[in-house]
Amino acid sequence: MAKTYFTEDHEWLRVEGGIATIGITDYAQEQLGDLVFVELPEPGKKLAKGDTAVVVESVKAASDVYAPVDGEITEANTALSSDPSLVNSAAASDGWLWKMKLADESQLEGLLDEAAYKAHIG
Amino acid sequence: MTGDDTKHLPLEDLHVAANARFGAFAGWSMPLTYPAGVMKEHLHTREHAGLFDISHMKLFEISGLGAEALLNRACPFDAGALEISQSKYTFFLNEAAGIIDDLIVTRLGRQRFMVVANAGNAEADEKHLRELADFDAKADFDAKIEALDRVFLAIQGPEAWAALSRAGIETGSLLFMHGFEPRENWFMSRSGYTGEDGFEVGLPEADARNLVAKLLEDERVMWVGLAARDSLRLEAGLCLHGLDITPEMDPAGAGLMWAIPKEVRASGAFIGADALRSILERGPTQKRVGLKPEGRQPVRPGAALFDADGNPAGHVTSGGFGPSAGHPVAMGYVQASLAKPGAKLFADVRGTKIPVDINPLPFTPHRYRKG
Repeated sequence: MAKTYFTEDHEWLRVEGGIATIGITDYAQEQLGDLVFVELPEPGKKLAKGDTAVVVESVKAASDVYAPVDGEITEANTALSSDPSLVNSAAASDGWLWKMKLADESQLEGLLDEAAYKAHIG
Repeated sequence: MTGDDTKHLPLEDLHVAANARFGAFAGWSMPLTYPAGVMKEHLHTREHAGLFDISHMKLFEISGLGAEALLNRACPFDAGALEISQSKYTFFLNEAAGIIDDLIVTRLGRQRFMVVANAGNAEADEKHLRELADFDAKADFDAKIEALDRVFLAIQGPEAWAALSRAGIETGSLLFMHGFEPRENWFMSRSGYTGEDGFEVGLPEADARNLVAKLLEDERVMWVGLAARDSLRLEAGLCLHGLDITPEMDPAGAGLMWAIPKEVRASGAFIGADALRSILERGPTQKRVGLKPEGRQPVRPGAALFDADGNPAGHVTSGGFGPSAGHPVAMGYVQASLAKPGAKLFADVRGTKIPVDINPLPFTPHRYRKG
């Protein structure tokens, strides 16, 4: 019973069994342009909401992706090491960035649902 | 949203219609990318022809009896040695031989020159020239400096010539680093900033709209934004003023002495001549080099460089990914003793030390049409 949440920073979270899979939205990848490198976190790393989890690099610039909630990294999408363009071509699926074990599921309540996110990007 | 002072391109509506993504550069709202994206735009330019709106750059016409003398004072070159239609890459230097701007000067006539200056420096350049001309007007710098109101387009790539020809623009026997006035109020040169063969055309807005429409009918031509212009020039090892060359850097350290003829170095009376001579005598302390990061992670402007023992060695001034090179590319300044091809350094990227090799420039061979 996965449920998907969004943030105003253009991330999506798919939560199932206390684990969130996190990526950036299609809107975000369009804004960033062609990605050439993704700096992935090590599993086991603990992050607080707002910490930089991943750095995505386009041809021109590097951008931080923040942890939308507290938790511990369980897995990073290592497929992006050889093919960072997956984030461009499949932002909401194969281009996921990392998975984390949620420290406090109540933090999800502050996030957006799909309709609210769509309203946010206009 | 952009502030009130942001300048807008005369053809902005065409870029909006082409679904460009805009961003601020040097006080202008510029198309950064189009829907094709920076990778495709970059590669298309190297394979076919890219169309760039570079109207943020400024064209100045300098004319009059003192035009040649004025340019020889402002720039470390010999304006008198330029033949009609010949262009030369040169600079405005300050008294310390720091680079105020880099520019291209073309001789249009016996007493007429065209100067193409960078967007961010255009106002300062004009002021600099006017002050020189006014200050020494009664000497021999009696020259008229006219900032021209033009749309400025670049069409770059191996098919640029053919695409222009199909659009009805004959470039004749024009070779690289030559320019002329094909029609009234037009200026066209065979030059550019991508490393490819190509042309730059300054022309009135109405003519520009016609030309753009004709060019875009040709499937070999596509709009290319500022993002790809930057990755193209970086692969070509060309300096961006404000990053790779600044008023704090001189032509010797920047590796641009090829632009200054030997006689001019020895006896030229250009501004900054004494400072440049003493820099050359003792040798520059830092030199500009190409940097090739290992792996896929780009290093960006501002990243600090270290030698193998962890001692500071310099810094990165331009960096990104080279779509044609297929790997990250960068330029920077390193201590002169380290500026040798193959030398291994380390760039600090967010606390990680990325190995970088000093790499000959350009990363992508130039393909200029020289003859």
